[in-house]
Amino acid sequence: MDPKPSIVVDNLVKRFGKFVAVNRVSFQIRSGEIFGLLGPNGSGKSTTIRMLCGLLTPTSGSATVVGFDIARQAEEVRRHIGYMSQKFSLYDDLTAVENLEFFGGLYGVTGDALTKGIAWALGMSGLAGNEQALTREFSGGWKQRLALGCAVLHRPRVLFLDEPTAGVDPLSRRQFWDLIHQMSREGITILVTTHYMDEAEYCNRLALIESGRIVEMGTPGEIKRLAIHGNLLLIEAAPLGDALAAVKRAPGVTDASVFGAALHVVVGDQQSERELPAFLAARGIRVDRIEPIAPSLEDAFVSLTGEKPAGDADS
Amino acid sequence: MNLRRTAAIGRKELIQIRRDPRSLLIAVVLPLIQILLLGYGARLDADHIPVYILDQEGSQNSQALLKGFQASPYFDVVKVARNYPELVRAIDADRCKLGIVIPWDFSERLGDGRPVSVQALLDGTDNNSAQLAEGYATAVVDSYANRIQLDWFSRHGLSQQATVPVSVDYRTWFNEDLESKNFIIPGTVALVMALMGALLSSLTIAREWERGTMEQLIASPVTPLEIMIGKLAPYLIIGLLDAISCAAFAVGWFGVPFRGGLGAFFFTTTLFLIVILGIGYMISVATRSQLGASQYALLVTLMPTAMLSGFAFPIDQMPVAIRVVSYVVYSRYYVSALKRIFLGGAGINDLIPEIIAMAIYAAVIAFFATRAFRKQIE
Repeated sequence: MDPKPSIVVDNLVKRFGKFVAVNRVSFQIRSGEIFGLLGPNGSGKSTTIRMLCGLLTPTSGSATVVGFDIARQAEEVRRHIGYMSQKFSLYDDLTAVENLEFFGGLYGVTGDALTKGIAWALGMSGLAGNEQALTREFSGGWKQRLALGCAVLHRPRVLFLDEPTAGVDPLSRRQFWDLIHQMSREGITILVTTHYMDEAEYCNRLALIESGRIVEMGTPGEIKRLAIHGNLLLIEAAPLGDALAAVKRAPGVTDASVFGAALHVVVGDQQSERELPAFLAARGIRVDRIEPIAPSLEDAFVSLTGEKPAGDADS
Repeated sequence: MNLRRTAAIGRKELIQIRRDPRSLLIAVVLPLIQILLLGYGARLDADHIPVYILDQEGSQNSQALLKGFQASPYFDVVKVARNYPELVRAIDADRCKLGIVIPWDFSERLGDGRPVSVQALLDGTDNNSAQLAEGYATAVVDSYANRIQLDWFSRHGLSQQATVPVSVDYRTWFNEDLESKNFIIPGTVALVMALMGALLSSLTIAREWERGTMEQLIASPVTPLEIMIGKLAPYLIIGLLDAISCAAFAVGWFGVPFRGGLGAFFFTTTLFLIVILGIGYMISVATRSQLGASQYALLVTLMPTAMLSGFAFPIDQMPVAIRVVSYVVYSRYYVSALKRIFLGGAGINDLIPEIIAMAIYAAVIAFFATRAFRKQIE
């Protein structure tokens, strides 16, 4: 790994009473890397990011952000990071420019740097021409990009994004990720939490987190290879419930779950794969379609944790 | 403390006040309503007290006494009753607060030089008004009695010089007309400051929590002290502006004298506002809810200021236990200072005890307020 990682997290633990929200989490993030924390709601993603931003004190363990200890040098950390919390916490009774000026003031951005920063943020967010409108009048996508502009106005070395695309339309999400990649190319380290599987694919590296623990870590490709042992088949069959029960008992099948109106089934060997249609037909199940597919992160997640990542019907 | 960050917070707060109708109402409209209501409504004077008079004699003498009541600015003689039951019914039906009965042998007794009593029936439901009415009625009768006495003496050839009864000549200082308006209105400035300051400051931190903007603030390098100063400074300025407009209203509209120093006025008002804003701020930090915070803030600022500061209810007329409690009510020192500045012409040098008491309060509140807010979301 990078000799000087931007973020080092070592056995971080956070307890709320008896509830362990984050359980011995460790990872390192290189400079300029986009690192994703992927997991369902309540899995400990936000708690982890809040500890790294100095909003919460860890129960035990340690972490450094750009070399500063999050517990002992919280103010140093805060100077070098940008943070975008879950609800794009802008002041909705301020205009776009007033929000930018306010955050500029908080981070000591002045004069030319402020003027340029504001012009850049307005251009980037597509708000040029609407800079005097109150923030409450903006759509989700505009608010999100304005919040991003506020978070990076002071050119932070690390950017923390907590569920940055929740409640934003697909086109805006796409534009947002283009911006994130651009910032990553400029050397900004980005830690992002999400429960959207498709978004996780945009990350350089991922940690899958469940019930406060990291269950797998690596590039999206690595995670899929690690999680899926064998071939992944898509099966459309009726009745679906009977098909799932039957396929789980079929020889060579290591994993099976429902995805939408179809089944995703992992089969360990070629022989079993060929015999599967006959096996199902013999049990009175009508098979409409059976074909190999490339595994998605969602497949990997389900395979690793046995559950769906979140109630994200809109993803 | 970083001035630029503090200024950024202050500027943002001012913009938000300007755009929030509720805050504007509290900062601008409420103080004016308060001073108007209290100036007109909370007067403790009794004037134009409705009176029924039963003149059982109907002589020239009794008519002269009746005229004494008619001439008094404190009384309105509503009716001359025909008989006693009518008078009683009028008091029962609240058509008058005072009934005067002039007996049938009024002139006869006067002529004989015998003592004569005039009966006064008072509606005691409003104890304060009843006492005032009694006092005024006694004054009217006394002045009539004096005149009669002088007449009698002169008719009997006795020199006036020797016979004028000795009387105490009172002279009241500071509020020469003994008008309760002058007594009450300076204190209302304290009430206005308490209401405005407590409401606005109690909302300020809670609003950030409720709108979800607090996390963003905590994640920035801004310090708790900068947040506090940045957020409260605008309210201090608004408070001082409100104090000026209240004083101007008191003098210009209600004719209350302002004889003291402006320096003393601003200094004591600033100390009082520091206490009020500090309390509101700490409550806002503790409750994190705008509704809850404003309720608590009113309870610990407006209530004691209205009841125990001596603003309208004189402290030296309270029971001993309450009087002792009033010493810890910070508003009493400000109300006392206000009255002495408006009416007594006091300057800073005359208000050392009040200023010391308020400065101690301000220092203690500021000490705890700066430590109240921690940059943590738990």
